[in-house]
Amino acid sequence: MSSAPLLEVRGLNAWYGESHVLHGVDLDIREGETVTLLGRNGAGKTTTLRAIMGILRRREGVIRLCGKDLLSLPLHKVAQTGIGYVPEERGIFASLSVSENLILPPTVSDSGMSVEEIYKLFPNLHERRSSQGTKLSGGEQQMLAIARVLRTGAKIILLDEPTEGLAPVIVQRIGDVLMALKERGMTILLVEQNFRFARKVADRFYLMEDGRMVNSFPGHELDARMDELHEVLGV
Amino acid sequence: MNTIFGIPTPALYGQVLIGLINGSFYAMLSLGLAVIFGLLRVINFAHGAQYMLGAFAAYLLLNWLGINYWVALVLAPLVVGAVAVVIERTMLSRLYGVDHLYGLLLTFGLALIFEGAFRHWFGAAGQPYAAPSQLTGGVNLGFMFLPIYRGWVVVASLVVCIGTWLLIEKTRLGAYLRAATENATLVQAFGVNVPLLLTLTYGLGAALAAFAGVLAAPIYQVSPLMGSNLIIIVFAVVVVGGMGSILGAIVTGYVLGVLEGLTKVFYPEASSIVIFVIMAIVLLVRPAGLFGREE
Repeated sequence: MSSAPLLEVRGLNAWYGESHVLHGVDLDIREGETVTLLGRNGAGKTTTLRAIMGILRRREGVIRLCGKDLLSLPLHKVAQTGIGYVPEERGIFASLSVSENLILPPTVSDSGMSVEEIYKLFPNLHERRSSQGTKLSGGEQQMLAIARVLRTGAKIILLDEPTEGLAPVIVQRIGDVLMALKERGMTILLVEQNFRFARKVADRFYLMEDGRMVNSFPGHELDARMDELHEVLGV
Repeated sequence: MNTIFGIPTPALYGQVLIGLINGSFYAMLSLGLAVIFGLLRVINFAHGAQYMLGAFAAYLLLNWLGINYWVALVLAPLVVGAVAVVIERTMLSRLYGVDHLYGLLLTFGLALIFEGAFRHWFGAAGQPYAAPSQLTGGVNLGFMFLPIYRGWVVVASLVVCIGTWLLIEKTRLGAYLRAATENATLVQAFGVNVPLLLTLTYGLGAALAAFAGVLAAPIYQVSPLMGSNLIIIVFAVVVVGGMGSILGAIVTGYVLGVLEGLTKVFYPEASSIVIFVIMAIVLLVRPAGLFGREE
């Protein structure tokens, strides 16, 4: 724990209208780490990502990326600090072609992948680059949503349930992509319900309940803690 | 003399031409309305007033500063667009978080203020504005006589409509605009300055209306109420084409203009209501409009 975290969240509170949904969330992610948020539906995992991005505006506490305060930034300045966001609903635009969807987010640094590299990693997207974005299958749309943030040169990507509702073979494929990103040194904050998937890629887990962080442990302890997790997650 | 369905062909062609001219204005105005509605979700009731301001800008540039038609064709949209940018920044942008009805009420109020002010200064009567000398006169096409200025209006509006369509469908800026029309929050979370995009879009829509106003000045004269007479029909065109559909607004504008012209030939009594009858039928059969997407 010697190096300063890349993303640092301290005492984060957030509200949807009048309803108080995050209660003092703390979270640290170091460079190159893959961290997974676990928790039941409604525990506040997606809300945490939305609060970090600034999509959820009513927030208090501290959110810092590389020491830079994100809380005071307008929404469109947050991505420019180096965060890529892959929303739960994937956010593929129907009025844009696959290639237009891919190049939509403005680049934030020179370290991103080129369009050629991305098409090499996702040959399906290359084949269907002139199709309407939402004509892709669910798995392809998820690939596109991930590919889209790889181009921008973000230092950290927030991935919200990338395997939800996808066939096992596609889940495997997405796992391979995340492993490849880890090898390139990408920092990843993942929200995931699929244990088997998360176990493969995560270096560390956080456990959320009712808008609070209730536990945190390294990836290799996952198996030993299964009973405890089953109790909290009710799976 | 040649006739079609008992109608002399020169009369028929003449009305088709008038329909095309009217259609040109419907298309340019409904295009701006559709772009603004698509992204800002504001029904811009000031659109007719912005068209009128474009015509008055040309008139005043000529009579006060001696600036000719061709320069006015560029300058008037810039001036009116700039006014619209100020309106969006200072007033309209405060209403995005509340019910869309407030945007409609604000723009309706602004339209009344602009039209009232110009009626106070210039009276309700139309001011003449001469077509530039290069575009006066006409040519005999063999089957009909074409006044050059009217041909120019059709060509200029086609160029502007196709240019705007290309801007929206084929450029990166247009991709931002289309994506933000679907999900503005996500586009902004990707790092696009969406508030600026909204401002520019409102400015562009108003500039299109002003360009149409300059084109209209030599044909319809320049009067404070010229926009409010037209805007109701243009709203009907947008509804028929499909709220927010760019191509729908353009195609529907020209088609309804020509249909209206043809109605004048075959059944003149219905010519002033034909567009509204079509609107009613489209709303019954296909509520999202001919080119609109169901939401």
